[in-house]
Amino acid sequence: MEALIAVIIGVLTACGVYLALRARTFPVVIGLTLLSYAVNLFLFVTGRLTVGQPAVISDQAVGYADPLPQALVLTAIVISFGMTAFIIMLSLKARAELGTDQVDGRLDAGDGGDIPGEKRG
Amino acid sequence: MNHLVIAPILFPLFAATLLLLVRRVIPLRVRRRLNLVALIVQVLLVSLLVQRVAGGEILVYALGNWPAPYGIVMVADRLSVWMLLITSLLAFFAMLYAVRGTDAGSRHFHPLFQLQIFGLSGAFLTGDLFNLFVFFEILLLASYGLLLHRGGANRVRAGLHFVALNLAGSTLFLFAVGTLYAILGTLNMADLAVKAAATPPENLGVVRAAGLLLFTVFALKAALIPLYLWLPAAYSSTSAPVAALFAIMTKVGAYSILRVYTLIFGAEAGPVADLIGPWLLPLALATMAVGTLGVLAAHELRRQVAYLVVVSVGFLLTAFALGTEASIGAGLYYLAHSTFAAAAFFLLADIIAMGRGTLADRLDPGPIITDANLVGALFFVTAILVAGLPPLSGFVGKYMVLNAAVDLPSMPWVFGVILTAGLFGVIALARSGSLLFYRAEGVIERTGAAGRSAIGPNWGRLLPVIGLLLMCVTLVVLAGPLSDYTRAIGQQLLEPSAYIRAVLGDPRNA
Repeated sequence: MEALIAVIIGVLTACGVYLALRARTFPVVIGLTLLSYAVNLFLFVTGRLTVGQPAVISDQAVGYADPLPQALVLTAIVISFGMTAFIIMLSLKARAELGTDQVDGRLDAGDGGDIPGEKRG
Repeated sequence: MNHLVIAPILFPLFAATLLLLVRRVIPLRVRRRLNLVALIVQVLLVSLLVQRVAGGEILVYALGNWPAPYGIVMVADRLSVWMLLITSLLAFFAMLYAVRGTDAGSRHFHPLFQLQIFGLSGAFLTGDLFNLFVFFEILLLASYGLLLHRGGANRVRAGLHFVALNLAGSTLFLFAVGTLYAILGTLNMADLAVKAAATPPENLGVVRAAGLLLFTVFALKAALIPLYLWLPAAYSSTSAPVAALFAIMTKVGAYSILRVYTLIFGAEAGPVADLIGPWLLPLALATMAVGTLGVLAAHELRRQVAYLVVVSVGFLLTAFALGTEASIGAGLYYLAHSTFAAAAFFLLADIIAMGRGTLADRLDPGPIITDANLVGALFFVTAILVAGLPPLSGFVGKYMVLNAAVDLPSMPWVFGVILTAGLFGVIALARSGSLLFYRAEGVIERTGAAGRSAIGPNWGRLLPVIGLLLMCVTLVVLAGPLSDYTRAIGQQLLEPSAYIRAVLGDPRNA
């Protein structure tokens, strides 16, 4: 299970970093979202992986799962959702204000512009 | 338990909520007064806290009365309240400028401003690494709103970069925090200090990696090279009072570096001691050098001021990197000076830009601005302050840092970079000043009918600038007692055992 989780976090992070380095806002937003998923999973497993054990006090329990990472990850999820929503709105605003969805807001020379309504490949 | 510790966090939250609730029913004029009164109350609350901790006592506030390593604690020591005091005074003057018209156009400016103070106060007072992350996010989210206030293409472009970079930074922060928790099993900073010092050898690499990852995040917030590139665009395109308030934002990064790397990875941390020692000084000096080049190359006054902020960050972290009681004390004195001076400069640049119509703050010869004598005099004073010439506080701070570096092996580098950067700073500011105020005559009036007409300065706008400059003068007049105080902060930071004892209680660490 440890190896599987590690691979998942690694793949999410790698894809996130790759997409976050792209030139257009949509892949960047998706990349940042993937990064936040990766970090949330990572935070969740920092308390070690346990199966079928309660996080709060129980009479029958033989051991306990670490409750703190769960509290941390809840906070982190809420924050990352809020931030993602914000950057999506900001990207839309940037698209409207700058007339392009390039992250640096400039048209490429061979780009043919990014005229609203034009079909993009 | 002293409830005063949490008051500077709760009060801005309360004020923000109130301002949010009344934003539709109360006219702007009243909301402005409400916000100013709230900021004055904040200054008073912080002053009370300053009196309590000045003697060296460390006040600990356990939320919900849960004891330290398990519950969340707020800790007020000399460093925290020093930062709080600077923040609250700065916020008051920035708001005093904002109520002269910048705040119109959005109902949320006032609540966001208070939320920003809420996040800043929380970041300075928290004694818990995860809560530091949470307060970082609060202050960042408020800062995004403030940065984008009233929109515009430039502002949106700079804002998008700022937000995307900070989101990436937040992710790194969480990875670092998660790694530390996974290895050391705690997030309380005092407890982390104890646990980090006892790291078993097989985990050393991971703890070091987490520590350096954390440093990367703080370096991004502090705008240390090579992570400073977001700053000039963001600061120069936003509205003046927001840029003035942001003068403290880079200092949050500097504060976090100082806190974490004296407490958790400080000299007493055993195997992870002095983690960023080899990195911080070269990076800080390089930041100063690159920032100076930016100051020389800038085409607009506001961009020039933004690069001056980068230079001041480099200077500040140079002082912290030297790591002695005297140098940290000198750095913290300079921190107060550079925050107030940069804020005053941003506000003044806005006044000058308004006075030049379409030319705005571009560094080209243009028509004489109204009241050029007064504005020019203020520019002169501010330039002296920022460049660090005698007799104002920039010079005092610079002298103290250089004095602290004399006996250290890194002395030639520190002296060389600081003095050269100072010289180039003077040259660049002299050029800007003469372009803006002396070479004004003989230029054809280019403010066409389509352009913005020039708006002369008024006392309402000049007052906050003068107030901020007076703060710097106060720093000079009270240089003796204040530098004693900042030196006491340095002393307290270099003895983390007192902090740890205050948070965790005696028996565990006796």
